Amino acid sequence: MTDLSNLWPLLYRAFLETTLMVSISIFFAVLVGLPLGVLLFITQHHLLFKIKPLNQILGALVNVIRSFPFIILIVAIMPFATWLVNASHGPVFASVALSIAAVPLFARLVESSFNSIHSGVIEASIAGGASVFMIVTDVLIPEAKKGIIQAITLTIITIIAFSATAGVVGGGGIGDLAIRYGYYRYDTLTMVVTVILLIIIVQLIQWIGDFLSRREEGK
Amino acid sequence: MSIVFKDVTKTYLHKGKEINALRPTSLTIHEGEIFGLIGFSGAGKSTLLRLINMLESPTSGTIHVGDDEMTALSNKDLRVKRRKIGMIFQQFNLIESKTVAENINFVLKAADYPKDKRDGRIDELLELVGLSDKKTVYPKNLSGGQKQRVGIARALANDPDVLLSDEATSALDPDTTKTILSLLKRINKELGITIVVITHEMEVIKELAERVGVMSDGEIIELGDVYQIFSEPKHEVTRGFVQDIYDFEVPAHIEETAENQIITLKFLRESAEENHLNKLYRNYDLSISILNGRVEYINGIPLGILMLQVTGEADEIRRLIESIDRTPGVERAEIYD
Repeated sequence: MTDLSNLWPLLYRAFLETTLMVSISIFFAVLVGLPLGVLLFITQHHLLFKIKPLNQILGALVNVIRSFPFIILIVAIMPFATWLVNASHGPVFASVALSIAAVPLFARLVESSFNSIHSGVIEASIAGGASVFMIVTDVLIPEAKKGIIQAITLTIITIIAFSATAGVVGGGGIGDLAIRYGYYRYDTLTMVVTVILLIIIVQLIQWIGDFLSRREEGK
Repeated sequence: MSIVFKDVTKTYLHKGKEINALRPTSLTIHEGEIFGLIGFSGAGKSTLLRLINMLESPTSGTIHVGDDEMTALSNKDLRVKRRKIGMIFQQFNLIESKTVAENINFVLKAADYPKDKRDGRIDELLELVGLSDKKTVYPKNLSGGQKQRVGIARALANDPDVLLSDEATSALDPDTTKTILSLLKRINKELGITIVVITHEMEVIKELAERVGVMSDGEIIELGDVYQIFSEPKHEVTRGFVQDIYDFEVPAHIEETAENQIITLKFLRESAEENHLNKLYRNYDLSISILNGRVEYINGIPLGILMLQVTGEADEIRRLIESIDRTPGVERAEIYD
């Protein structure tokens, strides 16, 4: 491809695919990852809901998923993904694997932002007679809000990076365009444009994330 | 509400070794009193305090707060009980993402306080601690003393019977410490709340407490009313703490001989305000100079300390010492190193 006007429709389509995959995956990453992060934290905290075996099982599960190279994870969960979305390729299909990869990452990030909360605040809340549920909703999450926003930012950017691999199952997206056209076909123009676009998107997300988390700090 | 410890112990397992945070302890803290616990860090006072509201659970023994045996309470009953045991902390431990009012609201909500009455209750509490104008301010914009006032308001939100204070003034400057201590005193008087204070500062005990326990190595080694502990410290650790208040040292250049002695006197209660020195000058043919002296008021009762350098004939000095030992209310004190 030597002409930008030929590239434009491909790029536009790829952008939509990336947006779709990222949106689905970050939605599930937060939906499942946040409660999982909460569970990881409270099951190891002696004042909250300490259940050591549960904590160990969850921790091991998270570690196992995080150990998988993403491309192997995609292939490994193919049957499950096919059953779940009733399709065997495309961005929605790829989103299953992306979500599964993003959930444990986000959960760990959430857990570590809870860990940075001064333990005395939790102690004071317990001493005040608050229930564990209330401490989660009224202390842990508000106190870790800044960290959680940063975790979402980081998870989105990681999903974008992973989504390049989603091409193997026809997921499409900008990263896939860069690999298929730019890399395999030695199409320098496509390569340069897609990489620049990815840089801009990542930069933009980081900026928005930083802005939102700084706003929390302002309080 | 009284607090009764019966044969309570607490041991931790740390790196395979057993650590006795609290050796067998029985203790009664009376309803309505201000009870102090003093000790160095690691002495076990923090553990003892946290056993009262079960932030830590005992290894053995029983703890009664009022009529409830704390270890026997269900999780739910314990939560309800904790609302009646307020606690304040050295680091204040406010929820940074919530305003002053929201911090107090949190514990009201935890106690299912009627929603429509919460705002009025918050105003009332802020009025009590003198922070009515800081309702919508975030903790990070408050000074240490103001944060502790919010901590106190939060601790009092659900009308507790007991207030636990964990080194509440240790992070504050001396002036702020004084105002917080007088606030605590006022709360004890006006609301009749039993207050348990732990500290490593004898000054706090002197200003605030009525009775005090001295802790060392997981044990209460001395227990008594504050005046008694100050005037007659028995244990070495206690003497060390009391000494901090006297702040006396024997001047290094003075050499003591039979004809030149340093005598430190302790005047107990009323005798501290009597005119002993005059008598000494009048009745003895000695040169007496004052090296140091002060009167401390402990719970309003005076305790005088006077360090004298006495020069003259050895026999005359002996006569002076014998007469001091016969005088009620006056004792010779040692200055402990």
